[in-house]
Amino acid sequence: MQKRLIVNPSLLEIMVLRLCHQLIENHGDFSDSVILGLQPRGKFVAQRIQRTLSTILGKQVPTGYLDTTFHRDDFRRRETPLTANATKVDFLIEGKKVILVDDVLYTGRSVRAALDAMIAYGRPASVELLVLIDRVYTRQLPIQAMYVGRHVNSLQSQRVLVEWKEQQAPEDNIWLITKNEE
Amino acid sequence: MQELSVRHLLGIKDITPQDIQLIFETADNFKDVLNRPIKKVPSLRDITIANVFFENSTRTRLSFELAEKRLSADVINFSSSSSSVKKGETLLDTVNNILAMKVDMIVMRHSSPGAPHFLSNHIQANIVNAGDGTHEHPTQALLDSFSIRERLGEVAGKKVVIIGDILHSRVALSNIFALQKLGAEVMVCGPTTLLPKHIRQLGVKVETDVRRALQWCDVANVLRIQLERMQMKYFPSLREYTLYYGINKAMLDSLDKEITLMHPGPINRGVELSSDAADSHHSIILNQVENGVAIRMAVLFLLAQKQ
Repeated sequence: MQKRLIVNPSLLEIMVLRLCHQLIENHGDFSDSVILGLQPRGKFVAQRIQRTLSTILGKQVPTGYLDTTFHRDDFRRRETPLTANATKVDFLIEGKKVILVDDVLYTGRSVRAALDAMIAYGRPASVELLVLIDRVYTRQLPIQAMYVGRHVNSLQSQRVLVEWKEQQAPEDNIWLITKNEE
Repeated sequence: MQELSVRHLLGIKDITPQDIQLIFETADNFKDVLNRPIKKVPSLRDITIANVFFENSTRTRLSFELAEKRLSADVINFSSSSSSVKKGETLLDTVNNILAMKVDMIVMRHSSPGAPHFLSNHIQANIVNAGDGTHEHPTQALLDSFSIRERLGEVAGKKVVIIGDILHSRVALSNIFALQKLGAEVMVCGPTTLLPKHIRQLGVKVETDVRRALQWCDVANVLRIQLERMQMKYFPSLREYTLYYGINKAMLDSLDKEITLMHPGPINRGVELSSDAADSHHSIILNQVENGVAIRMAVLFLLAQKQ
């Protein structure tokens, strides 16, 4: 297995800061906007975005976590079983501008499931997608992110791993992992 | 990624403590789904489930049906009273005919102990036991423990007494297995005629004085006297049973601690439980019913991944 560092801690910090400023361009003071992190890993990105926004704006943007397990289309079709995570959405999304947040955009199927899961909480005014890494040319559905940290050209056999200090990693890093041919 | 260790839920005896924890964690998430404005998820939209009930039921059947519909499964219902079973068809033939209509899962209640186990040796579909005679009723035990966990924080270390007709109760047996697997202490209490002869071998305490049992416990799970399963007299009269084993509010108030009262339903008010006790703040009877749907959703969801 080969592990190549594609984003180091300082780059990641700059990336998050840039994404926050892009969000502010479109959402102003966030009076009608909410952030939804996709479980399990988008949660950490959402927390980081919320924290950075609060230092810039001086206010807490409502942030929730959305679990898509029960809405996935690969249930019973995948090798490994699905395990559900907690959903925490303490606010109404009816009429709000929702920003969905995930770490890696790959096939687009998680995002499709998230759109379905989100509708159970009301009808948002608009939905946007923010991801740290967009794996280009791998999409299986017509889904694109509005805000992208970095575009990465990768093979299907490769995997992108985002590590956070909150997950007991030594530091924040993004890796491209290549499995060796057997 | 976790999954259940079994393909069928036939009884609590066959599953591991890890299985129970996984079911509880999944049920937590489904409970959350049930509190949303839209209480439905599409997980089982490509699955057909047959509810095959050879014995009467209200709660369990409604609860299973609702759980299946909340998961978007297609549901067919079958009850023996209005079917060809009356014309002499065997259990296996009946079920094979249902399966020929491309059914993926069977939820079955039967009056013979072991009926779902027999079926699991002959068919491919996943089977959920919704009660087999006097043997097991696994989903009831799961929702009982889940309700204790919800009320008291955890099940481990708690003292639970099961009071009443232990001899004819599948709920009692499944509850004993589930509570022990989760680390609770279990006592059974009732007239000696309604306690199975070798019950001590399961590692439970036995008590015949209901007052002493209530004083000992944190949770009392009260069972119904199953007159329909009794071929002979086990006690002189219902009135006498109520006098010695009935629980009322005054009795609960006289204890020097707060206990939690449960009942799997249907309640015979005024027999095993007085109305003032059943409707008191001690009782979590309706929470049990509410949790039943979430627990059954979790069981069906997890079993569907084992096909």
